[in-house]
Amino acid sequence: MRRRAPVGLWVAGVAVAALALVPAVYLCVRAAEADAGAWGLLLRDRTWGLLGRTLGLAAAVTACAAVLSLPLAWLTARTDLPGRHLWTVLLCVPLAVPTFVSGYVLLAAFGVGGALEEPLTRWGLPVPHVYGFPGALLALTVSTYPYFFLALRAGLQSQDPAWLEGARSLGLTPVRAFFRITVPLLRPAFASGALLVGLYVLSDFGAVALVQYDAFSRAIYVQYEGAYDRSYAALLGLALVSVTVGVLALELWLRGRAGYHRSAKGAARASAPVRLGRWRVPALLLCGAVVAVGVGLPVGVLVYWGVRGLEVESGPLLGPAWSSVSASMLGAVAAVVGALPLAFLAVRYPSRLTVVLERVSYAGYALPPIVLALSLVFLGVQAVPFLYGTLAMLVLAYVVRFLPQAVGVVRASLLQLNPHLPEAAASLGQPPSGVLRRVTAPLLRPGLLAGAALVFLTAMKELPATLLLAPIGFETLATRVWAATAEGRFAEAAAPALVLMAVSTLGVGLLVSQEGRSSPG
Amino acid sequence: MPLLSLDDVTLRYASSGTAAVDGLSLAVEPGEVLALLGPSGCGKTTTLRLVAGFERPGSGAVTLEGRALAGSGAFVPPEQRSVGMVFQDYALFPHLSVLENVAFGLTAMPRQEARARASQMLKLFGLEGFESRMPHALSGGQQQRVALARALAPGPRVLLLDEPFSSLDSALRASTRMEVRRVLKSLGATVMLVTHDQQEAMAFADRLAVMRAGKVEQVGTPEAVYAMPRTAFVAYFLGGTNLLPGVGFGNGARTVLGILPVVGAPARGNVLLSLRPEALKLVPDTDGVAVGGALRAEVLAREFQGPSAEYTIACNGMELTVRGAPELPLRAGDRARLEVVGRAVVLEDRPD
Repeated sequence: MRRRAPVGLWVAGVAVAALALVPAVYLCVRAAEADAGAWGLLLRDRTWGLLGRTLGLAAAVTACAAVLSLPLAWLTARTDLPGRHLWTVLLCVPLAVPTFVSGYVLLAAFGVGGALEEPLTRWGLPVPHVYGFPGALLALTVSTYPYFFLALRAGLQSQDPAWLEGARSLGLTPVRAFFRITVPLLRPAFASGALLVGLYVLSDFGAVALVQYDAFSRAIYVQYEGAYDRSYAALLGLALVSVTVGVLALELWLRGRAGYHRSAKGAARASAPVRLGRWRVPALLLCGAVVAVGVGLPVGVLVYWGVRGLEVESGPLLGPAWSSVSASMLGAVAAVVGALPLAFLAVRYPSRLTVVLERVSYAGYALPPIVLALSLVFLGVQAVPFLYGTLAMLVLAYVVRFLPQAVGVVRASLLQLNPHLPEAAASLGQPPSGVLRRVTAPLLRPGLLAGAALVFLTAMKELPATLLLAPIGFETLATRVWAATAEGRFAEAAAPALVLMAVSTLGVGLLVSQEGRSSPG
Repeated sequence: MPLLSLDDVTLRYASSGTAAVDGLSLAVEPGEVLALLGPSGCGKTTTLRLVAGFERPGSGAVTLEGRALAGSGAFVPPEQRSVGMVFQDYALFPHLSVLENVAFGLTAMPRQEARARASQMLKLFGLEGFESRMPHALSGGQQQRVALARALAPGPRVLLLDEPFSSLDSALRASTRMEVRRVLKSLGATVMLVTHDQQEAMAFADRLAVMRAGKVEQVGTPEAVYAMPRTAFVAYFLGGTNLLPGVGFGNGARTVLGILPVVGAPARGNVLLSLRPEALKLVPDTDGVAVGGALRAEVLAREFQGPSAEYTIACNGMELTVRGAPELPLRAGDRARLEVVGRAVVLEDRPD
């Protein structure tokens, strides 16, 4: 007989998981209403083409992000790279750049009529081709590699230096020890990074739409916008959900069943940083190049268009900025609160059922946000009209959409928490509520804040759900940027996009400083 | 009446069919230190966790001072048991200072009083001046004493120790063991500890229970269990032994080493005997002349252990372990005479 989870925890976990399932269920209902003709459409060659292009893009972006992030994470976490902390912050800044802004930046720089097109041509240099696959790959890799970078950094910092020292004492050179110990032990970090990046690409709409790469999400959007019968779009959405479920199963298999908390005997030690020596210059060049593309290019392009846009009247920004912050903040808090019971069940009471519950929470993330938003619109109109058109509906969309991020971070910090600590508190007379308040919560706080910050950041740059679910007159920075871009007013989009980047950058700073505080030693 | 008792307790982990604890019964007297001793995987830590309330028995009862902690429908959660626990990794709260850790369980007291009591506990364990330190800034030995002070501060009825000394280096271990035992005895604490180290169990405990595969194999004072092991497993696990098959006739048995006097149950028919290494003696065979009836042995290996040496010898086709003085001029390959100076114990196991 294994310890059983308290009933309250089960109720909360099942409720959150059910909430996360609502949009997917609606999708199934819509698909079930589809007639044979729509099913016939689904099995056409076009669908297989969409599938191939979508999976190809997801795989390519994940691979590029992993290859790019491993050296960056190692350099900033384990070496004497000058300005490690500053580089860490700068390398995370692209988290604050929405993919539709990345796509916009590429077009506004290298596209037809872009800022760099004319000078490059004049100097006789090739203009990068940014439409279709290359543009989508570049924009999404730059936007998503920080997820990998942060996961690998956290993984590297939590590794017991004794493991590496053990390998060295067994005769491995530093390079071989890195590939035989450090990298294999990063497996959970690779898995969670790949899951985040892969799912992000599968459901991205902004970048692929702008560079006109015909992936699933763009096709679904076009179908939804253009067609009166939305059943075919629902079927396409279902197909994408199946792909996502496959990715989730793969991740579960990769992660294995190991527990990763370090059994702390005596004082934890921090490892001495690796001296780079003559590799210092190439290392700095690598970091510099990534920051130039990920931060320098967007800022440069946005400032260029922003200056040109000063002549255009573009309205005050304070209102949209406040709307963005308040909606994202509410979404972040609600998502973390919802993630708690799921992560607790999965980590403390592992069973097939709790794993299923945790996986179910990924459903909202896997749905294309445009599908998620429309299914909530439907739900709002049909079932809860008193909520439809209110901020609560938008916050609900954020929760469903960003629950997996919150669950991932909360689960990771729970795994790091020595299970003996709550037991010790119980044996010292604390009831479950006291254990939570006095031991578990304070120890989880850094992880919870990190989770909230991550959700906040992502919600700030969320576009499709905000477009469809925001109350009338509730304009956020993201919808302002989108509206201007959609109408080709690049100059007008620059200012709110810059503000969005600045606000989100603050959030990234918070995330990184939390990471520093919660690391042991 | 025992303070703590476990009656026919069984715990099975979900699907896997084997029981971690299998019909275990055990009683701990007030003020006694009882050690659960056994190899890893024998269920000793699970037994400790059953008493603490971190595991729920499938069947059987756990009773503390006449109050049912678990069994027949009742289950008292850990926080209501008045059972203190020191974890193998100490589990000090990393976000609290040493004083806050020790005062953690003193919620029923006013704050000032709790702090005073915590300081007093720290003083008891020689930790004055460490109050404001954080756990990671302590050595392993200091962490262990903080964990002990923390567990004892609320005045638990029973203190549970999970491999309490295994993280300490051996030089520190013996002195810490003696010091901790002195403090626990001065407080009159009732203690149940788990260990796989037979020396630790014999030195620290008033009584020990040797466990195997979820069951208690033998309980008794260290002296009694050592002198009269019930089974080959107990004899091996506690001190090591030589196993000899023999044919018994009451208070003696015929073996390859001749007729040996036996203790324990009267020997009848085919029996298995335990003969401790110190019950045998080696005499260098300098003259090379056989004394009538003497046993001749060849030294196969010698292991120096400080105050004594352990010799592996071959005698009449059997390999035996003999403890002897380290200054004996015997090395591998030398010949020697073997004398039986102690008595053999009749075991319950049958010779195979």
